[in-house]
Amino acid sequence: MNKLGSAIFSRLVIIIPYAWLLFFFLIPFFIVFRISLSTTAIAQPPYEPAFAWSDGLSGIWEKMGQFSFDNYIWLTEDSLYFNAYMSSIWIAGVSTLVTLLIGYPIAYGMAQAPRTLRPTLLMLVILPFWTSFLIRVYAWIAILKPEGLLNQFLMNIGIIDQPLIIMNTNWAIYIGIVYSYLPFMVLPLYSALEKMDNTLIEAAQDLGCPQISAFWKITFPLSIPGVVAGCMLVFIPAVGEFVIPDLLGGSQTLMIGKTLWNEFNANRDWPVSAAVATILLLILVVPIVFFQNAQAKAEEQGR
Amino acid sequence: MKSLGNIRRSFAPWTDPDAKPYITFRNVTKRFGDFTAVDDLTLNIYHREFFALLGASGCGKSTLLRMLAGFERPTSGEIILDGQDIAGIPPYKRPVNMMFQSYALFPHMTVESNIGFGLRQDGMPKNEIADRVTQMLKLVKLEKFAKRKPHQLSGGQRQRVALARSLAKRPKVLLLDEPLGALDKKLREETQFELMDLQQELGLTFVVVTHDQEEAMTMADRIAVMSHGKVIQVATPAEIYEAPNSRFVADFIGDVNILDGKVSASGNGKIELAVNEGFTVRTATGNTPATGSSAGFAIRPEKLKVTRAAPVDASVNAAEGEIWDIGYLGDMTVFYVKLASGKVVKASMLNAQREVEDPIAYDEKVWVSFGETAGVVLKD
Amino acid sequence: MNTWSRFNIASVVLGFSFLYLPIVLLVVFSFNESKLVTVWAGFSLKWYVSLFQNQGLMDAAWVTIRVALISATVATALGTMAALALTRYTRFRGRLLFSGMVYAPLVMPEVITGLSLLLLFVAIGFDRGFVTVTLAHITFSMCFVTVVVQSRLLSFDRSIEEAALDLGATPVKTFLEVTLPVIAPAVLSGWMLALTLSLDDLVISSFTSGPGATTLPMKIYSQVRLGVTPEINAACTILIGFVAIGVIIASIMTKRREVQRQRDEQAAFAGR
Repeated sequence: MNKLGSAIFSRLVIIIPYAWLLFFFLIPFFIVFRISLSTTAIAQPPYEPAFAWSDGLSGIWEKMGQFSFDNYIWLTEDSLYFNAYMSSIWIAGVSTLVTLLIGYPIAYGMAQAPRTLRPTLLMLVILPFWTSFLIRVYAWIAILKPEGLLNQFLMNIGIIDQPLIIMNTNWAIYIGIVYSYLPFMVLPLYSALEKMDNTLIEAAQDLGCPQISAFWKITFPLSIPGVVAGCMLVFIPAVGEFVIPDLLGGSQTLMIGKTLWNEFNANRDWPVSAAVATILLLILVVPIVFFQNAQAKAEEQGR
Repeated sequence: MKSLGNIRRSFAPWTDPDAKPYITFRNVTKRFGDFTAVDDLTLNIYHREFFALLGASGCGKSTLLRMLAGFERPTSGEIILDGQDIAGIPPYKRPVNMMFQSYALFPHMTVESNIGFGLRQDGMPKNEIADRVTQMLKLVKLEKFAKRKPHQLSGGQRQRVALARSLAKRPKVLLLDEPLGALDKKLREETQFELMDLQQELGLTFVVVTHDQEEAMTMADRIAVMSHGKVIQVATPAEIYEAPNSRFVADFIGDVNILDGKVSASGNGKIELAVNEGFTVRTATGNTPATGSSAGFAIRPEKLKVTRAAPVDASVNAAEGEIWDIGYLGDMTVFYVKLASGKVVKASMLNAQREVEDPIAYDEKVWVSFGETAGVVLKD
Repeated sequence: MNTWSRFNIASVVLGFSFLYLPIVLLVVFSFNESKLVTVWAGFSLKWYVSLFQNQGLMDAAWVTIRVALISATVATALGTMAALALTRYTRFRGRLLFSGMVYAPLVMPEVITGLSLLLLFVAIGFDRGFVTVTLAHITFSMCFVTVVVQSRLLSFDRSIEEAALDLGATPVKTFLEVTLPVIAPAVLSGWMLALTLSLDDLVISSFTSGPGATTLPMKIYSQVRLGVTPEINAACTILIGFVAIGVIIASIMTKRREVQRQRDEQAAFAGR
């Protein structure tokens, strides 16, 4: 069997996961696109197909002329969608920046920690990741409510005498995203900073560079791959985030993940939600490709 | 009888025209994309020989070894082992075993099961495996460590486990990839002799890849000096050192001074070379280039003599110069002498005595001299 | 050099308080006597009692566990294969697409993955339920397994595989006897990661699940929408408790192994 066996073995190792991902990851996108071109119908499933695979290639070609871009036109006509996209990008962008500003000192502090302490610190960053995302978002409701723990605390120590309204505003979403995605920012930053050779800083100082400017001239530029990876890991999922705006943001928040969910589950408008998803994917293609290049580069270096 | 180097050999099948080579590389070429790692190489290795492939990294020596082990297939040419073309045989069916540079010990297995791994693959009965493993452990003096895992061993012990593992199957040929590279200097010297003893005792053919010329010189019966996928010279260590066939080999092995010039007289196994440094070198040589052709002359630093007075014997080659620099190394002193032409030559003198009467100092005028068999005429 | 400055200590301590304070508060208030999660009225276990009497939550927990175990196991097998394909075969047709499909799900918003999988199941006429949730979980968690296993394979010393081949093991045997045991810890942590992701998932499950296959996060979510209750706090505390115990056991084990290993190494070097 040997020679033949090993050839088959190596083939299968590629083919099985490849086929799985093609079928369950790539093809669904084409289906989403196809449905986004169809019209809504009161039926099960609730849409009229734009074309059927059984039409064959010529049939599909024929029907191409009848493609309905109505759903996309609808998206541009109703300012709700445009605003939801813009506000998602804005919220995700601001949250990413804040996460970076909070995460960097933490990662830097961890990287500077005594060597024996580092594995423990690393585990403490990873640990929240193992507890449910939903639970961690849920925990904030009790804190941010008008009669919640944060307001009780602030009023008790006398900083404020009126409860702050944070819950059901964008502030709550910012807090939720920063909190939930902080480990995703800290981990790549830490691994970039931890690898750094401390003698580089010593060399810079030896050559007359003060400590703070040594940080900006040496440490920070060398940690940029970690910064990019961290920002992508936070920004991309945050744009499409659903749980956080839904639980913390209340009814009037506009984020595209939530809009899509509502369009799909409440309005049962599948074609429009497919169109929403298609546009969201197009928006995210650039950062995703960016992220993949960074990954591929890291993989190349690891080789 | 005179011989090159301070050694006389009884084992020299390569000098016997009737001896049949055990391993033959015939016109072997290996390309990786555009890069030619091994270039139309032909080489014979004899049974029971300790053969070293020596060269800088990237010269193709490891590729050659990996082709012998079966991890790479030659792009063209054939590799014959014991009369059989082995090009198409996968590594797990070849009667050769390899000791890896990283040792490649299986981290999840004990020393015992590492050594027995190959035997288990052959389906040898359990009790025979146990006997063989015990025997191998004894051979490398690791009986006490049988139950340990690789990470519980020191570097030297790991090296011996790797050796025992590769010898356990009694391969026809043992391949060693930089076998001593990871050991510290002292351990390396000890292990060199252990390896040589082992090879003698077991009567095996060893092919070792190394970039360390001292290691190759100490252990090998013959050395192949490689560069850019080609073998430049195959010879005994003494021949390689005392009679390099080319500028490359002369320069690669040890220290050398090379003087360039034109042949002014030739005949009777002797030539006169008018070197660019402005004097004439009279030297005995195996090859006699024609009068008027240009040639290089290589001479080792320890063959040069530095004196204040000109040599009395007029047949000795000599040139005048001044001391440019002196390096004291303990066992010897190295003089850098600047000749009239401006070229600096290196001469080393053994410090046979602790105290020296009136030693030579910087900037002194001196004579550099050497006999007519001290150096060698280079072919290229 | 390593001076751990006050600034560094402060940022680490503050950062970790931020990460842990909400979870600690949640656990504390699960033992609250009062129904209000924000007013402390004394210690009580009554919410745990009522939790175990809540049949809906218990059923959902059982579904979640089964989905997680099956999907994590399949995802580990597929993810390990993908990692092998990516690290071992640097050239094959469509490799770029393949690596793209492996990395994209890591950052893909869950609403998109969920929606597209749902539409796939509808298109092929597959009834939504336990199987579809499991298939969906396999798809997104296998990519995480791939990343974990791949990073181990990249630091893997290929020469031990060559050594096995050299000693007469066939490629398949080499994989089973040498490669797999050596990467086993990474495969195991990939499995754990896949398990947690599956236990945790709300959005993709909501899209791909059907009647009778409600998972615990879906159940918790629908209750949370109705308001914060200490019963949910109790459920969350139990989940956190499981994770905490698991992590503590794992870290004690690695610590012990590490100490043992150091002792062995010292012994080896001393006894040369």
